[in-house]
Amino acid sequence: MSKADYDLIISGGRVIDPALGFGKEADVFVKDGKIAQVSTETDKTEKYAAKMPPECVIDASGSLVVPGLIDMHVHLREPGREDKETIITGCQAAAAGGFTTVCCMPNTDPVIDNQETVKFVLSRAEEADANVFVIGAVTKMSKGEELAEIGDLVKAGAVAISDDGHFVQNPDIMRRALEYARMFGIPVISHAEDKYLSAGAIMNESFQSTRLGLKGSPSVAEVIAVVRDIKLAEFTGSRVHIAHVSTAGAVKAIRDAKAEGIHVTAEATPHHFTLTDEEIGKEFNTNLRVNPPLRTKRDVEEVIRGLVDGTIDCIASDHAPHAEEEKDVEFDQAPPGLIGLETTLGLVKTQLIDKGYLNWADAIRKMTYNPARILKLPGGTLEIGSTADITVIDPEKRWTVSETKFRSKSKNSPFIGWKLKGKVDCTILAGRVVYQNK
Amino acid sequence: MILRSRHLLGLEDITAGEISLILDTAESFREILDRPIKKVPTLRGITVLNLFYEPSTRTRISFELAEKRLSADTISFSTSVSSVKKGESLKDTVRNIEAMKIDMVVVRHSSPGVPYFLTNCVESNIINAGDGAHEHPTQALLDMFTIRRKYGKLDGLRVVLVGDVKHSRVVRSNIWGLKTMGASVAVCGPSTLLPYEVERFGVDVYTDLDEAIDGADVVNIMRIQLERQQAGLFPSQREYTNLFGMTKERLKRLKRNYTIMHPGPMNRGVEITPEVADSKSSVILDQVTNGQAIRMAVLYLLSGKKEKEKEEDDE
Repeated sequence: MSKADYDLIISGGRVIDPALGFGKEADVFVKDGKIAQVSTETDKTEKYAAKMPPECVIDASGSLVVPGLIDMHVHLREPGREDKETIITGCQAAAAGGFTTVCCMPNTDPVIDNQETVKFVLSRAEEADANVFVIGAVTKMSKGEELAEIGDLVKAGAVAISDDGHFVQNPDIMRRALEYARMFGIPVISHAEDKYLSAGAIMNESFQSTRLGLKGSPSVAEVIAVVRDIKLAEFTGSRVHIAHVSTAGAVKAIRDAKAEGIHVTAEATPHHFTLTDEEIGKEFNTNLRVNPPLRTKRDVEEVIRGLVDGTIDCIASDHAPHAEEEKDVEFDQAPPGLIGLETTLGLVKTQLIDKGYLNWADAIRKMTYNPARILKLPGGTLEIGSTADITVIDPEKRWTVSETKFRSKSKNSPFIGWKLKGKVDCTILAGRVVYQNK
Repeated sequence: MILRSRHLLGLEDITAGEISLILDTAESFREILDRPIKKVPTLRGITVLNLFYEPSTRTRISFELAEKRLSADTISFSTSVSSVKKGESLKDTVRNIEAMKIDMVVVRHSSPGVPYFLTNCVESNIINAGDGAHEHPTQALLDMFTIRRKYGKLDGLRVVLVGDVKHSRVVRSNIWGLKTMGASVAVCGPSTLLPYEVERFGVDVYTDLDEAIDGADVVNIMRIQLERQQAGLFPSQREYTNLFGMTKERLKRLKRNYTIMHPGPMNRGVEITPEVADSKSSVILDQVTNGQAIRMAVLYLLSGKKEKEKEEDDE
């Protein structure tokens, strides 16, 4: 057989690339790990395909072909808690969820507050099934006291800084972090939660916390923190990104700030646009313990409204693996967090697209182009010449979330047993198929 | 009439019929307590574990005595002498003890939801003896039992629950139970000790004690803990007593045949004056005696209810 013109062809799918404003049936040609062509002249594809081995031609008819999805907020737990997740398993979960790029948070052990740890993570990621970008710490040990060596972190490859899991409570430190980060053109990602207002909290403060007798964190703890960081971003002229927006008040504050031209961006998680705190009392399922906590129906509605009107730029999972023995305990003893890489796409389709809030192009933009733009990442597009990170999605596929099917090392999902629509067919990383749904 | 569940986790989901059944059953056990020989063979061969992860005097002794008077074998567990200090999980602790063939578990724990959690860990019948600020069903049942014995009914009575509403499991269980039985319920306390949207329980909410108790039949006074003042929830004990202490002068606002209750332990001179605590309208010691009858009734009604039986009940 003569040498084929291409290494991989994805044919017959509907190609959606929000970065290019492209959305029609087309065939995608891959050569040397790059996008070689995106062609609407689909009748000509056959002559190329004929020269190629059958496994190199992916029939995507009825499916969506989109830029490899980007999750800008995950916890890979390595180094330190490899029993919960490793960079390898976390990236396998990412691939199974359609993500070709993940950004990992620095709350590992040791904390990613120095260039050696950044390099360690990146070296581990070389063999992984997804691109890994590192978010470094804002402060040493994420203690909120002294700035980390941010210049070093950036030099080693960090794309943003965050003390995720902790709010930088001291406003002066946050001000300096924003000013300093601006030198390197990176955003500071804020875990917005005033620690004094949320001290000891186990869930959202609402009638549900009243009913269950669990200590609640008031929504105002998030709102105050968001408003503070927006004002600091305005004052310093720096960029702040608000992680996991969960309250109606935060959505409004971000919307207003954007209208004023302040450099603020934001993300929301599938659990915050899907679940309310009313779920907790049913079975005290510790997989519903998460920080920020699940809020009220009104908060969920406003988060969705923020996604719809563009206030919230990104959808990110906040994938937070925890060991079974850590979650199989009293509700208030369980560590907060849930895994999300493998359920995000199904929840986006089921909760946002099927309910008419977002169309596919909007949803894909929030999982590709927008996070890429905020963090200045390569990818997020199918533009010719870019790396061939591609996700093929069967939009109508119905499936049930099963504990036994997770690629993640941990199983702490509150969505186990849920029937979802929309599933990854195939995930392609630099032209290599890293996941295929069988 | 039987109880639908094989556990008693709280009163939120219990029907009026079930509460009446427990109260009626408690009447017959109450009578046993006045006999010279206060023991019956009802639970012979049944082993009950009292699992107390929080300090408790009254509730623990009450359960232990109730079990002994029903001829059950009992063992008691407290955190200070257990493997908990060695880091064993609650689930493993309970499963290990159950492996020694336990039939029922009475649990007190500071974490809300622990009784529910235990139903998924072990086969035993679980009785909630207080889980954090969530529920304390036998306390509310004995409160209702005490009220019903005096008035012959619960529906139509006005009951005011006073004090630290936010942190009180007794208040929550009383609200669910009393409302189910048709009583009119009000809560009263400093606004910092009223939990978020407390009115959604379907209760009247007051921050003025005189207004709250105006025309009430029953006032149930909760203990105020010193730690709450340290946490900044009220400025001083002195001010708390001035605003929310139940004094003799305030009693005039109540209905003629009023009742004063307190689940204990009391801080005399803080939330209640000694005069009121010891007055003839105070049923505080009756509550303690009646607690025996209630716990005997609950143990009796739940004993022998197995998983299989529960499935049949569900059909």
